[in-house]
Amino acid sequence: MKIDWASLGTVALVSLAVSVAVVALVSFALVGLSARARANAVGGPDDGAPPPMNPALGTAVSGVCLLAVAAIVVYGLYVIVA
Amino acid sequence: MDLSLIVVAVVVTALVFDFTNGFHDTANAMATSIATKAMSPKVAVTVAGALNLVGAFLSVEVARTISSGLVDETRISPVVIFAGLVGAIMWNLLTWLLGLPSSSSHALFGGLIGATLVAAGTGAVQFGAVFTKVVLPAVISPILAGVIAMLATYLAYRTTARADDGTVKKGFKAGQILSASMVALAHGTNDAQKTMGVITLTLITAGALPTGSGPPFWVIFSAGLAIALGTYIGGWRIIRTLGKRVSEIETPQGFAAETSAATIILASSHLGFALSTTQVATGAIFGAGAGKRAAGVQWGVAGRMALAWIVTLPAAAAVGAVAAWVASRGTAGTIVVAVVAIALAAGIYAASRRNPVTADNVNDVPSPAPVPAGAPA
Repeated sequence: MKIDWASLGTVALVSLAVSVAVVALVSFALVGLSARARANAVGGPDDGAPPPMNPALGTAVSGVCLLAVAAIVVYGLYVIVA
Repeated sequence: MDLSLIVVAVVVTALVFDFTNGFHDTANAMATSIATKAMSPKVAVTVAGALNLVGAFLSVEVARTISSGLVDETRISPVVIFAGLVGAIMWNLLTWLLGLPSSSSHALFGGLIGATLVAAGTGAVQFGAVFTKVVLPAVISPILAGVIAMLATYLAYRTTARADDGTVKKGFKAGQILSASMVALAHGTNDAQKTMGVITLTLITAGALPTGSGPPFWVIFSAGLAIALGTYIGGWRIIRTLGKRVSEIETPQGFAAETSAATIILASSHLGFALSTTQVATGAIFGAGAGKRAAGVQWGVAGRMALAWIVTLPAAAAVGAVAAWVASRGTAGTIVVAVVAIALAAGIYAASRRNPVTADNVNDVPSPAPVPAGAPA
């Protein structure tokens, strides 16, 4: 009985890396977008903490992150089709 | 002639199996999206159904290789395939009635193995292949998916802990629509293929197609349609179990679970270590629950599922064996099997009507459902 440990290991590592990367990128993108939401909030309860980053930078960061996610999704589609 | 009758019976039964496969597995892609209300139940099953149909057309790689490995295909007849399919359908219906997400592939393999044992003896079943292709992946899939989804969930919560709540919720909701769609598409490219492979194999053994041919268009189309319709009907009982009974699922968890499931399914089917869609999706949901708070997960539910998974293959094999024994008595036997199967299916459906779960009440679960601690094991 031959168990293909090598491909099992590959599947595990690739899955882990890609899943964590996608979730992390989306999370970062949402952190970036949050900066915008907070900047727009007028008269909300202010805990005194400064916004984590400036809104323009936040939007840019989230744009980059979401582009990277889009690239991964497109690659996933390519893998499905090919 | 007898031959053509049994071939027609196999094609119809295969499509019925495909249909049960569809509604059994809607939950894999959509349970968490429905639970977090990222999509309304109706929209979710429509999207999943459509993507399953699209997926069926994207690739026929799995269908081409379905016949290799588990049983010696030169020694099985259409009757054996018919009996195996009946076993698989019965088990799928029973687990659906109980709301348990068991693997349709295992039911199919089990049914075929049982039928082959009766018809051709133990020599025709390659038990080594059964272990490496079915048992081992069944153990590894949920654990791997669980660990990955747990890490991803933990990461999602840590990263967004101080971000704007509304933005995070909305963002992960949008992400869930995409990740759930990927799971549905990947499912379509995998599971509809099994039915195509079975039908094609039957047509080849019956001499209707030359050896080594791929599935003809009508096979691809009808298999894709059957699984899409099944998906659209929605296995609401299983969706409720996975979406509501495992743990309280929030949008970051749903996104992490679906992303992990989609990635693992794609990676496994393209890097050569096939894992079960159902077990990956289920493991990912448990992992996502545990990634936020392990105590919030109903581990008793996990115990019951594990039990169902262990029983799936032997149970479907037993039904397949009985069906093969009766059906191999001749045309009358085949008809008896079909009639009994239809009667049992009707009975299971009637039982489900006593406590129907539909798109309208799928999310109505008295939260923390009291689960008897420790499944009977």
